[in-house]
Amino acid sequence: MIWSKPSSSSRWHADRWLEPSLGLLAMGAALILLLVLAFLLHEAWPLLSEGDLLHLFTDGGWYPLEGHFGLLPMLWATLAAALGAVLLAGPLGLASAIFQQFYAPSALARLYRTVLALLAGIPSVVYGLWGLTVLVPLIARWQPPGASLFAAILILALMILPTIALTSASALAAVPKAWLQGAAALGLTRKGVIMGVAIPAARSGILGGILLASARALGETMAVLMVAGNVVQNPTGLFEPVRVLTANIALEMAYATGTHRAGLFASGLLLTLLVLALAWMAARITRSAHPV
Amino acid sequence: MHTLSDRAFTLSIWGAAALGAAAFLWLLGDLAWHGMAHLSWSFLVSEPLNAGRSGGIAPILVSTLLILAVALAAAIPLGLGAAIWLAEYTRRSGALGRSIRLSLDVLAGIPSIVFGLFGNAFFCVFLGLGFSILSGGLTLACMILPIFIRTSEAGLSAVSDDWRHNAAALGMTRASVLWHVLLPAAAPAVICGLMLGIGRATAETAALIFTSGYVDRMPESLSDSGRALAVHIYDLSMNVTGGDSAAYASALVLIVLIVFINTGALALSDRWLTRRITAT
Amino acid sequence: MKASRWFEQLAAVTILAGVAGVASASNDRLVLTGSSTVAPLVSEIGKRFEKQNPGIRVDVQTGGSSRGVADTRSGLVNIGMVSRALNSGEHDLVAHAIAMDGVGIILHRSNPVQTLTDEQVKAIYRGQITHWSEVGGKDVRITVVNKAEGRSTLELFLHHFALKNSEIKAQVVIGENQQGIKTVAGNPGAVGYVSIGTAEYEAARGTPIKLLPMAGVAATVDNIRDGRFPLSRPLNLVTKGAPTGLAKRFIEFARSGAVNDLVEAQFFVPLAR
Repeated sequence: MIWSKPSSSSRWHADRWLEPSLGLLAMGAALILLLVLAFLLHEAWPLLSEGDLLHLFTDGGWYPLEGHFGLLPMLWATLAAALGAVLLAGPLGLASAIFQQFYAPSALARLYRTVLALLAGIPSVVYGLWGLTVLVPLIARWQPPGASLFAAILILALMILPTIALTSASALAAVPKAWLQGAAALGLTRKGVIMGVAIPAARSGILGGILLASARALGETMAVLMVAGNVVQNPTGLFEPVRVLTANIALEMAYATGTHRAGLFASGLLLTLLVLALAWMAARITRSAHPV
Repeated sequence: MHTLSDRAFTLSIWGAAALGAAAFLWLLGDLAWHGMAHLSWSFLVSEPLNAGRSGGIAPILVSTLLILAVALAAAIPLGLGAAIWLAEYTRRSGALGRSIRLSLDVLAGIPSIVFGLFGNAFFCVFLGLGFSILSGGLTLACMILPIFIRTSEAGLSAVSDDWRHNAAALGMTRASVLWHVLLPAAAPAVICGLMLGIGRATAETAALIFTSGYVDRMPESLSDSGRALAVHIYDLSMNVTGGDSAAYASALVLIVLIVFINTGALALSDRWLTRRITAT
Repeated sequence: MKASRWFEQLAAVTILAGVAGVASASNDRLVLTGSSTVAPLVSEIGKRFEKQNPGIRVDVQTGGSSRGVADTRSGLVNIGMVSRALNSGEHDLVAHAIAMDGVGIILHRSNPVQTLTDEQVKAIYRGQITHWSEVGGKDVRITVVNKAEGRSTLELFLHHFALKNSEIKAQVVIGENQQGIKTVAGNPGAVGYVSIGTAEYEAARGTPIKLLPMAGVAATVDNIRDGRFPLSRPLNLVTKGAPTGLAKRFIEFARSGAVNDLVEAQFFVPLAR
């Protein structure tokens, strides 16, 4: 905050209404979350109001038509798939960003950027279709049944790679050139400049991108639904089929009524709370990492 | 000075980039292999027949563009405004700004199918818009807002404070500093956010099935229901037996469409960038 | 200031939204929601109906059988689409069958197993038989493909084999029909159950799957038409009470012989002769 208070002279007039109206816009955007949460709560209420929330976590299985609403295995599966994807796509995406910022000749960098933007725009159903017809049969030949946590991680990693790469690249691009030139003048190698100056300076942007990507990985539906196998069980092995919370909603919503439907909205609510916890933790980490 | 570790680093960077490109080529090659034969000019300009197995995708293409236009018309002003406020008017540690950032990050992680069900309940039923292009576009706007705001905000925050000091010293109003200095400087990040948003919006399936709907007739107004390209691809590949080649062809069209839109966005930002900076 | 333009745009969108909301209700428009299985068929029927009745609009939306039931009940739509017989809790609705669909067991084409008894199918789905060698095939692990909870084909399957879903030990759970065909086609050890008309078509086109007979009756569209095949379901249009006006005319049209070619083009079995 480097601005002095607007003076009362007339040429600052525009500035006086600018701040409150922009703030209103920001709050409007945030309000959407409250609307969505209220909606989820309202729809999940028939199940939640039955009391005893614990049975959502203690029930052994997910057989809503037989009265079992165990969400825990799907929660673990969701976390495992998203974590695996971020671990895979994080380093790859950061490397891709470094590639287009520091290594690729400018024409190639532009092409590469376009390719990444394209990857970001391929519908998840196409990723899913490709996973189902190419990737899963390939894995099935090696480790049947093929549809597995592993397939989900690979597809998710591919899907979030462009988000991480594009956001990291724009964070790296924002690092002042003078810093990089200064570091190079001090005799640092290119690797030294990148690792020692560029990445630390762009850290919060990169972390933000990874956070967005993890949120996307947690919330992805169609592609995971097609490759993960969707069996409700704890993820015990990389090649075991699992069901994530989003797939649970998409698979069963079409035919669910009554408490079954409410149970699916409870899945959505749980997922939202999960993302909330993640975002909150990330906010704490970035804040403690560089206090302002 | 080239040490061994430096060379290994260079190699791994090129390797990672090559891996990304290879995955992309594999995917695209597979799509082209299956879809090319089905693709033709008449595919682009005719109506779908027999549940989309034959005929074309003209009405679906039009609906997709209309939905995207509505989404951008709503998301860009709202998103830019919010991003400016977050970057320029709040402290990093301020409670209000922090909670808004947090809620945006959470919003980014809400599964699209939940957005679809929410959009159906809120826009279609509560606001009475029904299954329409408008409902679909507004639902998409909600979806792409967090990505757009957060990337734009990051771009604005990254603009060096020297620029603000200098502009303030020149006696510029904050509004004109924003318009002439800060936004052009942050344009690459804003465009990056926009590209991610457009990508996500054009590729969206689950949020649109319940809001803009399934009708594959040529839309006559924004209040008509219109099937989006991604919904069409999903239906053809998962629900319509014998629709695979039409699905692959539609996916190719969608990708080309995204190339066009992204190139357009990039070109626009370049022009804007040069114009603003030279004008200041 | 330029910023004010953004607000104008935003205001314009909001006003537009309000106007459009008022304009969307009209009398010459028929809205249907429901089962994704039925939606492509009804969409085609709707197009033919529109052609014969100029000025009429038939808007078909998907979203699943439960959505069809709920929206019809709440009066949100004129007609719902449901891909199963109505159950005991749905007597407030009236079903109008427009076609039949059969469900058959499919294996990968390379699997030498030619037939499975009902007992064998049960044991496979319960996880008591885990390798194809136990039923006369190769020594390959069986991948059991099951449908997601609530889907009407699953209910049909469970009912026929007297199974409970919690007994089934599946390796893959799927949603839509084509996902089942693609999953089995990509895995030589898989067994699944899908809509027969679609499987016949895919097999004839070279997709590596094959249909097994059930209780000695070959899984063909002809056998469903004759009512000899044990696993079949009606595809229904549902209304709240007896249909009137436009809805009545549309349902009569959808049940008439004038749409038999459309029903067959979607790989279902027409009811009208």
